[in-house]
Amino acid sequence: MSTIELLGRQIEVDSDGNLKNLNDWNEDIASEIASLEGIEQLTDRHWLVINFMRKEFIEKGDGPTVRRLTKESGIDTKELYALFPKGPAKKAARIGGIPKPKGCI
Amino acid sequence: MPEKNIYEPVKKVSIIVSKGTLDGVYPALIMANGARMEGIEANLFFTFFGMDAITDKSMDHIHVATVGNPAMHIPTLLGALPGMSAFASAKMMKEMEKLDIPPVREFIEMIHDAGCKIFACKASVDMFHLKKEDFCKEVDDIITVGQFYEESAGANIIFT
Repeated sequence: MSTIELLGRQIEVDSDGNLKNLNDWNEDIASEIASLEGIEQLTDRHWLVINFMRKEFIEKGDGPTVRRLTKESGIDTKELYALFPKGPAKKAARIGGIPKPKGCI
Repeated sequence: MPEKNIYEPVKKVSIIVSKGTLDGVYPALIMANGARMEGIEANLFFTFFGMDAITDKSMDHIHVATVGNPAMHIPTLLGALPGMSAFASAKMMKEMEKLDIPPVREFIEMIHDAGCKIFACKASVDMFHLKKEDFCKEVDDIITVGQFYEESAGANIIFT
């Protein structure tokens, strides 16, 4: 079991480094993870993606594919990559406190 | 630390697509898209029959071979019946749609929007007497093998 320190708390993470427990997450933790990932400021557009990812994970047990993300969140592929340059689904999942999505698309 | 961290991560890939069948095209597209999803830089280079996947009039008609393809498990003479390849391809596309794998045209657009560069091979373009206008709008350029290697600086090159 590994943990990381975020905002003075020890928080459990999985082997990808994503939060293990949904309940450890809150918006301050998200902002903290985002800055560790090189995203200084989470905008409304970032939050749209993050909240969509969390909702999908809670409802379906897995995060959405990039294709579903763009079709259903209203953010197109170009913007998505601009918001999360180092891999949108992967980074948004980490910031959103859910596991990395399992889909290949 | 987990073992996976001891190796240098893949930073860039250049994927060459030389075949125009469904199973020739999709693995490369999935790999290119998957690379971008992981934050890996990616190039796609289409050559020979692979160019069907970026040619406007053929990219919506990418089929699986039902003859000469033992893995389809269809007897050769049956596979040769008119419409058999189109039928088998439609069935496969339906299964792929369930997995959220888009049709070729949409997939190419998505991959390009994700920041993957798309090139056609100059030698093949000349051989098939094609022009830039024959390709879909996502094709960035028609390039020589030398330019391909320049574009691939620092990349792992994958031939499919």
